[in-house]
Amino acid sequence: MVGRKSLLKRLLTVDLPMLAILTFTLGPYLWMLLTSLTAEERLFTEGPSLVGATIENYVRLFATVGFLTNLIHSFIIAAGTVVVGLTLSVTAAYSFSRFSFRGKRYLLLQFLIINMFPVVLLILPLFVMMRVLGILDTHLALIIANATVAIPFSVWMMTSYMNGIPRSLDEAAMTDGCSRLGALWRVVLPLCTPGIIATGIYIFITAWNEYLYALTLGGRNVRPITVAIQTLIGEYEVEWGLLTSGGIIGALPATILFLIVQKRLISGLTQGAVKG
Amino acid sequence: MLTMNEPMGRAALAKKVLPYALLSPAVLVTLAIVFFPMIQAAWMSLHDYILWKPKDFTFVGLKNFATALGDEVFWISLKHTVIWIALTIPAQLLLGLATALLLNQEFPWRPLARALVIIPWALPSVVIALMWVWIYDANYGILNEFMLRLGLIKASVPWLADPDTALYAIILTLTWQGFPFFAVMILAGLQSIPKSYYEAASLDGASTLRQFWHITLPGISGVLITAVLLRTIWVANSIDVIFVMTGGGPGYATYTLPLYAFIKARTNLDFGYGSSLAVLFTLMLLGLVVVYLRRAGRGID
Repeated sequence: MVGRKSLLKRLLTVDLPMLAILTFTLGPYLWMLLTSLTAEERLFTEGPSLVGATIENYVRLFATVGFLTNLIHSFIIAAGTVVVGLTLSVTAAYSFSRFSFRGKRYLLLQFLIINMFPVVLLILPLFVMMRVLGILDTHLALIIANATVAIPFSVWMMTSYMNGIPRSLDEAAMTDGCSRLGALWRVVLPLCTPGIIATGIYIFITAWNEYLYALTLGGRNVRPITVAIQTLIGEYEVEWGLLTSGGIIGALPATILFLIVQKRLISGLTQGAVKG
Repeated sequence: MLTMNEPMGRAALAKKVLPYALLSPAVLVTLAIVFFPMIQAAWMSLHDYILWKPKDFTFVGLKNFATALGDEVFWISLKHTVIWIALTIPAQLLLGLATALLLNQEFPWRPLARALVIIPWALPSVVIALMWVWIYDANYGILNEFMLRLGLIKASVPWLADPDTALYAIILTLTWQGFPFFAVMILAGLQSIPKSYYEAASLDGASTLRQFWHITLPGISGVLITAVLLRTIWVANSIDVIFVMTGGGPGYATYTLPLYAFIKARTNLDFGYGSSLAVLFTLMLLGLVVVYLRRAGRGID
């Protein structure tokens, strides 16, 4: 009897409210998915439904709208940002994690402060700067713009991962004849590979999802998926089947990658916050 | 003496320089692509600078800032920014807290729930805007149908086209997007509270509510403050969802300050005035940023 009562209590106080929150969380996404699987002509007569589900919208998306090119642009930009963000921050993170030196606190905080500034404040001067350099509307422009977010983030994450690797390992490597950089390369980096991968994936997701820079600094020749979706909204205003299929495709890579790394990523992200 | 000291001196110097040398790539690049542009933005804000008149870059001092203070749209945008933060952050916080408390309970499908609840956070803002525009659609949107069936409204409401509802509709969208972040942060805080505290409290006969008040809340207060600061800064800055959903309209109904700066620069190509709005907004946020940095700075060393 007691067991049944407490089970009922749990269902009412935990499972049911959780289910309600999940419905709110996933509902909009599932509704978009359902809409994208409904044929355009049925959408306004019968509404979205799984009966007679079709992938016709997706076929159209790739055949007539040319979504594949946009996906490739997004991929180049996101992958480029990952490379730039990770390589530039590895040595910096090592320095923060292993040495104490004058100005360390301020240097570390300057990386934190970058992501607090409004995007607008950066987007206008970056536009002017890139126009002068003649790199507007290139992949490079968007990689640079995304790097403004990726580098500080990656410095923070990698510093926290490297802090988790005992210093004695570096020292052991150095007594065995490694230089400082040798210790970083041969000992520390291999040990934080999981952390580096998680950081890289997170950078990839943010760069993939980024929209304002892409719209302002690119948009004509280089048109990543987010800008393409926004243009779709303007061009195919009422064709919600097509629009939602674009949304699903645009969100897919980020969603899958996120579900893969979320555990490691969240422990890294929340560590600082819990201590602070 | 000198010759003997020299190698030592060099080694010591190398040791001193090494940390800075390792830092230099990241620091130099961020100086070039973040801090230099920001100074440039501040510089532009002191000029008449309209992009299609490239020769015309006249120093006007604080004129743009004076114009802003007399600009009706500036005050409208500021008011919306305040409403926007004052409603979105508490809503995200409460929903996130409830979610975290639930996820901290024992139930069989907890890992699944925890993984799924974060999905909104991973979606591109353009996609989020797209799906909520579809939900709010005046003719075929599911929100209207849902509320009509429940009898909450008598006729379809054009949520995003009505100036009275547009801002609140976007606030709901932002709440949806941002509450998982709170949930995740708070959950981490909850899990750092030792279980023995609760065991001791129930032995003393403390009710669940009292336990929440005296153990849980103090235990997560640090995380709560950090999360609120971070989110406030982030929500205040975020303009992509609004820009795609309404572009600021109808009229000025969904203008926030950073959005106004962006639109000024983007559609009027008025980079001088746009920059000055951006700088003003940044100065307003600076207080929050400083508080956050102080907290974060304590954690270093």
